[in-house]
Amino acid sequence: MLNVGKIHEGFVLDHIKAGKSLSLYHHLQLDKKDCTVAMIMNAKSEKMGKKDILKVECDIEEMDMDVLAVIDHNITVNVIKDGEIVAKKELTLPKEIKNIYKCKNPRCISSIEQELPHIFVLDEKKEVYRCKYCEEKTRQEL
Amino acid sequence: MRHLMSPLDFTTDELDRLFDLANDIENNKSKYAHACDGLKLATCFYEPSTRTRLSFESAMLSLGGSVLGFSDAASSSAAKGESVSDTIRMISCYADICAMRHPKEGAPMVASTHSRIPVINAGDGGHQHPTQTLTDLLTIRSLKGRLSNFTIGLCGDLKFGRTVHSLINALSRYDNITFIFVSPEELKIPEYITDMLKEKDIPYEETISLEEVMPKLDLLYMTRVQRERFFNEEDYVRLKDFYILNKEKMALAKEDMLVLHPLPRVNEISVEVDDDERAVYFKQVQYGVYVRMALILTLLGIDTSKL
Repeated sequence: MLNVGKIHEGFVLDHIKAGKSLSLYHHLQLDKKDCTVAMIMNAKSEKMGKKDILKVECDIEEMDMDVLAVIDHNITVNVIKDGEIVAKKELTLPKEIKNIYKCKNPRCISSIEQELPHIFVLDEKKEVYRCKYCEEKTRQEL
Repeated sequence: MRHLMSPLDFTTDELDRLFDLANDIENNKSKYAHACDGLKLATCFYEPSTRTRLSFESAMLSLGGSVLGFSDAASSSAAKGESVSDTIRMISCYADICAMRHPKEGAPMVASTHSRIPVINAGDGGHQHPTQTLTDLLTIRSLKGRLSNFTIGLCGDLKFGRTVHSLINALSRYDNITFIFVSPEELKIPEYITDMLKEKDIPYEETISLEEVMPKLDLLYMTRVQRERFFNEEDYVRLKDFYILNKEKMALAKEDMLVLHPLPRVNEISVEVDDDERAVYFKQVQYGVYVRMALILTLLGIDTSKL
């Protein structure tokens, strides 16, 4: 069994679908932040069979967790302070997401307009994201 | 500042006020003849659409304003690679209001976010064409006296026809409307529309026989089967003549039923129907000008009580 030490302040993201942690690492832009990250892949899980876990040592105020809900709202977010779990964060789908998905509709203005951000708006009834410009729903997996 | 991107941008109360204004324009043309003196409409058409462009231009000219613009992308700076957001910033310096048609979906919306003047979506690809829907609603309200309590048949290309989808969405906000969708299997109304109707508990039926449902209809909205929507010519040829409205079919309809069509028609309405009083598609074109006049006045914030 692999052991990874406790973190002092930050997040432990548990119950990540096996194989998805690397994608999370990029979407949370952890590669651009100065923080220690432990990525545990294919850990055994009673609930899921296999799962990934991410441990992130960082200031808990500075992380934007909204994107996690878009990727997988079953992820458990444990907030760590002084080495202890102080809260479990509920994930809710953000109303609008920017530059996470790319609109794949070839007829959409975002396919040609320079430097136009790819913005998707939550269709709350159906729990899907639609392109702000052409309203095409996204079928992409992150 | 307000723009018009989708027919649902206006509440039904706001639409009522817009249509009241359009009807007042219809009845008192001279009152509005100088309402937009000194103001300019830019028609930015990145793809050709003579009908819609002329309707906008006619509307602005009838209000005493003037028009400038371009009518295809090749003659605009888009051909040099200019973005929509840059073009609208420039247009904002030249005109007071802009009507934009663009083959890319969402282009007018991008323009509106960078614009200092109101932007009207004059059609963006297969996405929205709100002024056509406003035209349809005004025609129905003016000639039927109401936008509720009727059975409307929509016939032809219900799969790709954006005017049909927009009209259904707009009418679904009014009371006691029954929809009858008449189309060949290949051009059936998309599921997301029927899902929306089910959700709102709005009655609808689907059929392939126009004759069968003709006696039930208060309104018949005919559409053209568009060649450009088909990947192969064979399918287009097979389906284009599926429904042709002629005198025999009209004989089955109620005496006060109205036939609408967004135009242009190819052959789906026989010319022999044109003389029938119930054929109102050319009146519809006229209402298109009135509703665009009302829209220009509304978006420019002109106080019509002082005219």
